[in-house]
Amino acid sequence: MIATIAAGKRGVGYLVGACMRRTVEQVTSPGKRHLATRRIHADSRAMEWTDHGILLTVRPHGETAAIIDVFTEDHGRHSGIVRGGTSRKLAPVLQPGAQVQVEWRARLEDHLGTYQVEPVRSRAAVAMGDRLALAGLNAVVGLVSFCLPERQAHVVFYTRTERLLDLLGQTEIWPLAYLHWERDLLEELGYGLDLSVCAVTGQTDGLTYVSPRTGRAVSAKGAGEWVDRLLPLPPCLRGEGTAPDVEIAAGFQTTGHFLEHRVAAELAHKPLPEVRARFIDAFTRRL
Amino acid sequence: MSSSTGIERLIDLMAKLPGLGPRSARRAVLHLIRKRAVLLGPLAEAMAEVAATARECLNCGNVGTSDICDICKDPSRANAELCVVEDVADLWAMERAQVFKGRYHVLGGTLSALDAVGPEELRIPRLIDRVGEEEISEVILALNATIDGQTTAHYIADQLDSRVRLTSLAQGVPIGGELDYLDDGTITAALRARKEI
Repeated sequence: MIATIAAGKRGVGYLVGACMRRTVEQVTSPGKRHLATRRIHADSRAMEWTDHGILLTVRPHGETAAIIDVFTEDHGRHSGIVRGGTSRKLAPVLQPGAQVQVEWRARLEDHLGTYQVEPVRSRAAVAMGDRLALAGLNAVVGLVSFCLPERQAHVVFYTRTERLLDLLGQTEIWPLAYLHWERDLLEELGYGLDLSVCAVTGQTDGLTYVSPRTGRAVSAKGAGEWVDRLLPLPPCLRGEGTAPDVEIAAGFQTTGHFLEHRVAAELAHKPLPEVRARFIDAFTRRL
Repeated sequence: MSSSTGIERLIDLMAKLPGLGPRSARRAVLHLIRKRAVLLGPLAEAMAEVAATARECLNCGNVGTSDICDICKDPSRANAELCVVEDVADLWAMERAQVFKGRYHVLGGTLSALDAVGPEELRIPRLIDRVGEEEISEVILALNATIDGQTTAHYIADQLDSRVRLTSLAQGVPIGGELDYLDDGTITAALRARKEI
């Protein structure tokens, strides 16, 4: 009876559940009744959090609900159900790329849980009017969904992604920003490129290639007879030079190689999302 | 609660329809039984007929009861304008408005990399064929104002390139809409598409 009082209307079963992580004996001890009540609140906070994030995908669920996948700052990629997510009120808000404030709740931590969504800013209107921006938004959302594991925080990479998406529509600088973002994505996933020094000669200047095996820079002098097998290292990939479009396209070739042969290969040899190829295609059309 | 298995089965099937749950399905079935002569009989006949004849138009993807739908057959609608929509429900919405007098092409969805929906899963190759076969002069891309809808629109535009005049529906404030209640994306789109008065 005491346990029921401590747990409120939810009953003893709720207390014994995973959220409590305490025994009924402890809870029923009169001296610890207050402690048990506090513990309920503390643990329920763990299954109820508020964060801001970038909406990645929306899938209809039942007649009116939607399952959304949000890239949040502190909780990483996290899915949840939005009740009424396909309604006229919420559908315009739940567009990929939208910046949202979310409140997630679940009874147990490993449940899918439900989201309450508040729009912060929409990026759809900016992207839909510009072919390159739309393709870029799709590429970012597609790669984040494809590459990042669920429920693991990537705080620094989240900030970079948010910054990149906020530049959407600025067609002159966006492709370069996207190239650097892909380089950061590789680094986040453990396939960072070492572009500071030549892997063969140890030189720090004249670096023009990247080894497709190690991801390390190679100078023109050190390339030797392997030159045909090496990937291009345009100065813009190292954050140098004026970054003309031809160089950016060469940079995409290099980052694309590692995304395909390292990242995608690790993920059970799944092919890279087609959205990246469409963005590269849209970009190379303007060359 | 009915004890008849047939009625229970009907309730179960009705409950699977959009907008209906078990309770409302039970109410609907009870209503049909009470109006057996005027509703249930004709409804059963109509459903049996549609079940036997309903099919997708081979030309445009609209739903009809013959291989070529009534819109495609209608010679007065062969005015060289083709309206591309995502779904049959969108075609019906356009028809309700009674403003478009050309023909349609139903894609059957939108491109979605995450759901592995590519151009081949949609009727995009058939659309490209139709533009050449039917001497189309204008293709109106009446796709939803969503990221997926507009991605599909841009893909189709790339495929058709300069072969035909390409237009899309305007985006902005709906009729009767109040700015205060609009989302910021709609306001942005409306401001970008502003026109002189």
